[in-house]
Amino acid sequence: MAQVFFSKDHEWISLGDDGLAIVGITDHAQNALGDIVFVELPEPGRNVATGEACAVVESVKAASDIYAPLSGTVAEVNQAIVDEPGLVNSGAEGNGWFFKLRLEDVAAVSSLMDRAAYDEYLSTLA
Amino acid sequence: MQKTPLDALHRRLGARMVEFAGYEMPLQYQGIIAEHQACRTGAALFDVSHMGQVEIADVAGFERLVPGDISGLKPGRQRYSLLLNEAGGIIDDLMVANLGPRLQAVLNAGRKLVDVAHMRVQGLEVTTRFDRALIAIQGPKAVDIVPEAASLKFMDAATLDVAGIPCIVTRSGYTGEDGFEIGCPGDAGEALAEALLARGAVPAGLGARDSLRLEAGLCLYGNDIGEETSPVAAQLNFALSKKRLAAGDFIGAAIVNRQLKDGTAKLLVGIRLDGRAPARAGAIIQAKGERVGVVTSGCFAPTLEAPIALGYVDAAFARPGTKLDLIVRDKPLAGIVAALPFVPHNYVR
Repeated sequence: MAQVFFSKDHEWISLGDDGLAIVGITDHAQNALGDIVFVELPEPGRNVATGEACAVVESVKAASDIYAPLSGTVAEVNQAIVDEPGLVNSGAEGNGWFFKLRLEDVAAVSSLMDRAAYDEYLSTLA
Repeated sequence: MQKTPLDALHRRLGARMVEFAGYEMPLQYQGIIAEHQACRTGAALFDVSHMGQVEIADVAGFERLVPGDISGLKPGRQRYSLLLNEAGGIIDDLMVANLGPRLQAVLNAGRKLVDVAHMRVQGLEVTTRFDRALIAIQGPKAVDIVPEAASLKFMDAATLDVAGIPCIVTRSGYTGEDGFEIGCPGDAGEALAEALLARGAVPAGLGARDSLRLEAGLCLYGNDIGEETSPVAAQLNFALSKKRLAAGDFIGAAIVNRQLKDGTAKLLVGIRLDGRAPARAGAIIQAKGERVGVVTSGCFAPTLEAPIALGYVDAAFARPGTKLDLIVRDKPLAGIVAALPFVPHNYVR
């Protein structure tokens, strides 16, 4: 079972056994954004720093940046959400993932929240 | 922050509320695209009670403030018009109906206080009815939701009962679809909305209202038109009465006549973009690498499944078919000037 962590910017990151971490936005984030109609993903091979804007989602009304939850190198992107942006709404925490990162420092996940802490964080935003 | 008479209903329906023009308004209920689709294929209900309903008895006095033929507006008819300033700029755009004994005007929410002050400074007596509710039913099935008003044609206006509530009904709207705008006393607004929802109207918020009006090529005050833009530059010449232009007897007439003769430096155009990324208000418009304009409204058009925009460009670049680049996140997106509306109007004349 992969371990999943969450950022205050509403990204999730799932640590796999292959050394790669899958990054997406949370269900809370997709719901707040509304109907997503366009996704721009980073180029594979790009180095991103924690908190760096590295993807864009556009809803009918507005554009929003997506931030790297941790530093690393983009290893792979999910072309499916470029072709069908609605997948981010229907499967934000599943097949609507954004990209895979080769993390610079796996131990840095300790700076993120686990599911219980993220749920607690969401309850403070309401 | 002000609330409309339908505030409690919005909350019961689970709306996501946002601030707009000093009011708490529903942005969306189930989602912008679903609500947009409901309006294009069925019937959607919009709360537009934040708009300002006013009554005016002095037709000649009002006519002096607008470039439209108001004295020629027959009882039971409505017209789109513009309050202009001395420089020919647009103080507001509005709908004005001849209800027989008086005119009724519907003003933009964010401009209604400015408009009323302007009218009073110009010596016009205006009675505000800002406590009234205003509900729009829009879509090809609108007449199934408001059968009481089936005899009206596009831009007719009448006083009649809807669901047993005395209303002022016009056959008009802001979506490009057939539909009605129904004003009633504020304390009856919720009952009226409930009755119309029970007849099958789908609640829709400001998000869908914006994407619908943009597809229909209709200007949004504050984005596409304002005090610094003239009706000629905004391509609103249909709102300029030939009779009134010839008489030159409205505020701003001299400048409007001159612009009609000489043209304007900029013109408002529709732009369709390649790809799926929308260009938003403020995006720079270029032609062959040179700046020629700026986007004033932009969204992803659910009906076309493509991005669309309105913007002002140098007049030489306003012809449909002209290729333009819209700069989004420092990159040019290819676009082309398109005839308006983007999506054909569906009015019942």
